[in-house]
Amino acid sequence: MKQKKNSVQLSMGAREQIAGYLFVAPLMIGLVVLTLIPVLGSLLLSFTSWNFVAGIDAIKFVGLDNFDRLFHDSVFMKSLVNNLIFIITVPITIVLALVLAIIIDKHVYLKDMFKVVYFLPYISSVVAIAMVWQVLFHPSHGPVNNFLISLGIENPPKWLADIDYAMPSLMMIQIWILLGYNIIIFIAGLQGIPKDLYEAADIDGANTWTKFRKITVPCISPTTFFLLVTGIIGTFKIFDLIQVLTQGGPANSTTVIVYELYDTAFNQLKTGYASSMALVLFIICLAITGMQMLAQKKWVNY
Amino acid sequence: MKHINVSKIVWTVIMAAFGMLSLLPFLWMLTTSFKPEADVFNFPIEWIPTKWHLIENYKQVWTGGFLRYYTNSIYITLTTTLINVFVCALAAFGFSKLRFRGRDTMFLLVLALYMVPPQASLVPQFLLFNWLNLIDTHIGLILINSFSIIGAFMLRQFFMGVNNEFMESARMDGAGHFRSFFQIALPLIRPGLATYAILRFIWTWNDYQYPLIFLKSKDLFTIQLGIRLFGDQYGDIYSLMMAGAVSAIVPLLIIFAIGQKQVIEGISLGGVKG
Repeated sequence: MKQKKNSVQLSMGAREQIAGYLFVAPLMIGLVVLTLIPVLGSLLLSFTSWNFVAGIDAIKFVGLDNFDRLFHDSVFMKSLVNNLIFIITVPITIVLALVLAIIIDKHVYLKDMFKVVYFLPYISSVVAIAMVWQVLFHPSHGPVNNFLISLGIENPPKWLADIDYAMPSLMMIQIWILLGYNIIIFIAGLQGIPKDLYEAADIDGANTWTKFRKITVPCISPTTFFLLVTGIIGTFKIFDLIQVLTQGGPANSTTVIVYELYDTAFNQLKTGYASSMALVLFIICLAITGMQMLAQKKWVNY
Repeated sequence: MKHINVSKIVWTVIMAAFGMLSLLPFLWMLTTSFKPEADVFNFPIEWIPTKWHLIENYKQVWTGGFLRYYTNSIYITLTTTLINVFVCALAAFGFSKLRFRGRDTMFLLVLALYMVPPQASLVPQFLLFNWLNLIDTHIGLILINSFSIIGAFMLRQFFMGVNNEFMESARMDGAGHFRSFFQIALPLIRPGLATYAILRFIWTWNDYQYPLIFLKSKDLFTIQLGIRLFGDQYGDIYSLMMAGAVSAIVPLLIIFAIGQKQVIEGISLGGVKG
């Protein structure tokens, strides 16, 4: 009797074993074929000089030459610097979003409507939005400059067409797109803060600013940290906006790593060289994730 | 029963003004798409057009290939979403409700792959699909977007909320794992599935990078490539460009209006961006 029960359990275990593999197989196969192998491929190709159109026989192994070239490539270095500049949008978005989230969460009627209003740019297609901004920022007769001229500003900037203003314009659009996402995440975080903390502070006679500094900011820090890290990684992946609006111009003033990668791989057909850019991008994202793991304990006080 | 709160009204008005500012680009896009080209840059801005060109503008956009782009986008987005959600649900169930050797190692691998930025694998992905003759096909584009880690993570969270005893009792009744997946677990996480499916729909609809690299023929173009192409062709005719932009955004607004709650909840779960 006892033995029979054992054998039944065993076969159930074996069945669960097989079922388990079958359930995860489609995703695992997909990820191995479409992510793992390609990443390893990028790694290998980054040590070669190759134009894929020329066929597999044309692959030439060049060691670390690509990386040597990368760091002497002024356009690529410019793209790295621009990516670093783009990081500034992350804290700006976070601060704005936190303030707006607090107001929306506690101090307004029609809360859900406000969430939707700010969230709209985030769900809309970047291509469509970019085209709208392109016209809004039109240097000679766009509504933005028309407005500035009507205020008495005689030579308004040329925005996306201006070497000095193209980056700030893109950054502004980026903040506008991501603001709603940050607000939604913050509101979710705010709702997780225990109400009695505020009640206790009220009893102690704390004012709004003190409550904000001593309760809200520390309690929301895991959310802030999450938005900071994902936001920074996100800025390194920025592509659509650049591709549609400036294509890296004017004069490479707005080029970013992913745009360079795309241009090198698919317009200039330098497969090997583009792969070395992919590897740099990968290492940067890995480093940010690594720093996140290290910093998490220090920064996040909960 | 609530008494009227003056400060709340003041904040609501201030926030409405600020929200209006955020909406202005959308409003401008909409009114411009209704105007004849000559009135586009009139200043002060005519928020309600003095002359209407609505039918002419949209007719020109839609006869200029948009119908094709639309059908392509709808087909690609629906198919991708369906496959993606199914693959993710299967894996999520496996990782949360079944015990098998190597499960934790595999999950660790998935976590590690999550850190790979998609662009780091873009070139070899292109080479692989090129080799398989899947470049410039819809199947290729659907395939590349069918596997997503974020979906597996999200649905796993939902499955973990399903009571194990529920599943056990089904198994005692002799239901196999596949039956308990389809008949018990999946129906129980229907809200979660809806949330993820809507997000996946939005992300796929808006995807620009993969179509840009994978599709070459105009008649295969998605709506995103379509408006871009349209912008190149009619770059100086802003009223038409805006009618194109409106057309690309409207389906999203409809989906968002239907699934607003799910989208916001899904995003609130944190860490969600495909």
